[in-house]
Amino acid sequence: MAAEIYFNVAVSGVLTGLVYGLMALGLSVIFGVVRVVNFAHGEMMTIAMYLAIVLFSGLGLDPLVMVVPLAGVLFALGYAMQAGIINPFITRPEYSQFILLVAVAIIITNVLLIVFGPDARNVQTSYSFDSFLVGPLIIDATKVYAGAATVVITAALFGFFRFVPLGKAIRACADNYTGALVVGLDVKRLYALTFGLGAACVGAAGAMLVLLVDVTPALGPALTLLAFIIVITGGLGSMPGALLGGVLIGLTEAMAGLFFTPSAKSMFSFGLLVLVLLFRPQGILGRRA
Amino acid sequence: MRRTSPINCARVTRRSFAAGAGAAGLLAATGTAFDVVRAQSGPLKVGVLLPRSGAQAGIGQDCQRGVELAPPIFKALGLPELAIMNADTETNVEVARARAEKLINDGAQLLVGAFDSGQSTAIAQVAEQKGIPFVINIAAAPPITEQGYKFVFRNFPTAPMILSDAFANQKELFDATGVAPKSVVFMHVNDTFGTSMQQGINAVLPRFNMPYKIVEQIAYDATARDLSVEVAKAKATGADALLMVSRLNDAMLITRELVKQRWSPTVVLSMGPGWYEDQYLKTLGKLSDGPMSFVPWYDPNKKLAQQLEGALAKAYPGINMNTNHVFTFEALLVAADAYKRARSSDPKALADAIRTTNITDNVSIGPGIQFNDKGQNDKLKNAAIQNRGGKLLTIAPKTASNAKPELPMSPYDRRG
Repeated sequence: MAAEIYFNVAVSGVLTGLVYGLMALGLSVIFGVVRVVNFAHGEMMTIAMYLAIVLFSGLGLDPLVMVVPLAGVLFALGYAMQAGIINPFITRPEYSQFILLVAVAIIITNVLLIVFGPDARNVQTSYSFDSFLVGPLIIDATKVYAGAATVVITAALFGFFRFVPLGKAIRACADNYTGALVVGLDVKRLYALTFGLGAACVGAAGAMLVLLVDVTPALGPALTLLAFIIVITGGLGSMPGALLGGVLIGLTEAMAGLFFTPSAKSMFSFGLLVLVLLFRPQGILGRRA
Repeated sequence: MRRTSPINCARVTRRSFAAGAGAAGLLAATGTAFDVVRAQSGPLKVGVLLPRSGAQAGIGQDCQRGVELAPPIFKALGLPELAIMNADTETNVEVARARAEKLINDGAQLLVGAFDSGQSTAIAQVAEQKGIPFVINIAAAPPITEQGYKFVFRNFPTAPMILSDAFANQKELFDATGVAPKSVVFMHVNDTFGTSMQQGINAVLPRFNMPYKIVEQIAYDATARDLSVEVAKAKATGADALLMVSRLNDAMLITRELVKQRWSPTVVLSMGPGWYEDQYLKTLGKLSDGPMSFVPWYDPNKKLAQQLEGALAKAYPGINMNTNHVFTFEALLVAADAYKRARSSDPKALADAIRTTNITDNVSIGPGIQFNDKGQNDKLKNAAIQNRGGKLLTIAPKTASNAKPELPMSPYDRRG
């Protein structure tokens, strides 16, 4: 096999992994601050993907242009979910939170099924079939755009948490819940904001992922599972970990498909997860509890 | 002295006995008549199991069109009415099994389905166990009719039948065009159907002395979201053409990747569904032109095929008739024909009637619908079709063709 195929596949895996990483970043942000595991994460992503399809087919709006508006819509959805449904469950046992979010996931899947039907849908933009020729490499243009947008969004999120007072307040809640209450922070509102930010990541990732894969209502659970694999590999609660986990999983699956058999790609990503759990249970960039 | 009885009952006389015997005879006769009426009256309850959601939803819903077209045509043919009970297998073997059991519990007297070999295998086990006839519309895995089942019938070619005809038709096309690939990459889904076809191809290919060699075999997940690695791997072999056993979504993903990765094979030779589906043609437009599918098909020259095609065009304008419509329709045709001849909805009588089916006025290619001892229609023939301008043209065998083949395929980057 020519050497360029390895580079081609590696680049493709990294770019896809970046988008997966952005999706997982949302899960990590929510868990890192609110300490609630969002079991409806993939389903929220399918909402974003369907919204992108509706906007594209109805109004001709390119999903890449709609990344920020869709992130806004999902932010509002996430904020409302946290403020209205999840906040009362914050102090309840974890299994109550689990059942609540699984119920939300099932409701989302079935509503999407009723509204859009079971057919796979996708968006075919003018650049859907474009690719860049870089020397011997052929790089999927859509993946490049999506990967670049992911890097920008992630950088903005890092900047928000590091430099903006509101972001610092959210980090304070994550670091010390009681301390945050003592200094007078409105923790419940900050939790809702955090859930909204996590959902916004999902909205942005959904707008980009719809350019790469077909969406069906049943896609949600697979995406939730993928997000879990990524954040556990990268480190639950770690933002850089989520991005690194996404890239690692994307790369592992791509290279496993090339070196071994493509039908066993998932086996290798789960294998990586098992290795991480065995040798670094907190995840690659996670902090030990 | 008059004899009395403690019970005040009428005495039996010769006259009353005769009257009673007559009445009993009339009652018995009427009862039998009622029984006959019960057996013949009312539509046969047919449970139709299809993957209406999940990865195969598009194909399952396409099969449903074959169900919808049947009633007026059956009426015109003088066949009895069928009461259709729809069920969704959700593209899942275990769900297919559970739905089959539920349909039978709800009163289904015959089952039809289920497009997929894995799901059909599960339903066949339930049907056999419960003693309810099961007519398979589409499923190619050979073992289904090799189990000695008495209630399972298949009017669809097995994988070896499809493959034998496919290789024969390919040779005919290569000879006709003077173009033949020297090497191919064989890509296939890793589900029951794909694996059966893969085993069949490896077994059958050496017997046909084909002009090409398989340089690489690539199995992939039928529900994969991204097939870029698979296509990159296939392209890297430098093969002339692609030999495919796929489904619908993966066929579209592979085509997109072929375009993105700037690889135009001489031809795509498909041994299964996906590449000729209407959703494939509509979604990909000009990019859908060129692939050749070697599939169980209809004979455009048969009267019933023309009738079905006309009904489809009227009910679903813009939809091309395909395997899904034809074989789902024919499965129901088998059911209606058997019900008419059995004059009963008794499962055993229906199964016996299906076993002696001899329908020559049918849609698919071949002499007609008959079943061998194993419940398999082994007389079916397969065709080669090519996508051109959003239409599906039959290009082989010559006896059932309506167009000439175009080989090699036009490169993807020169389609405007």
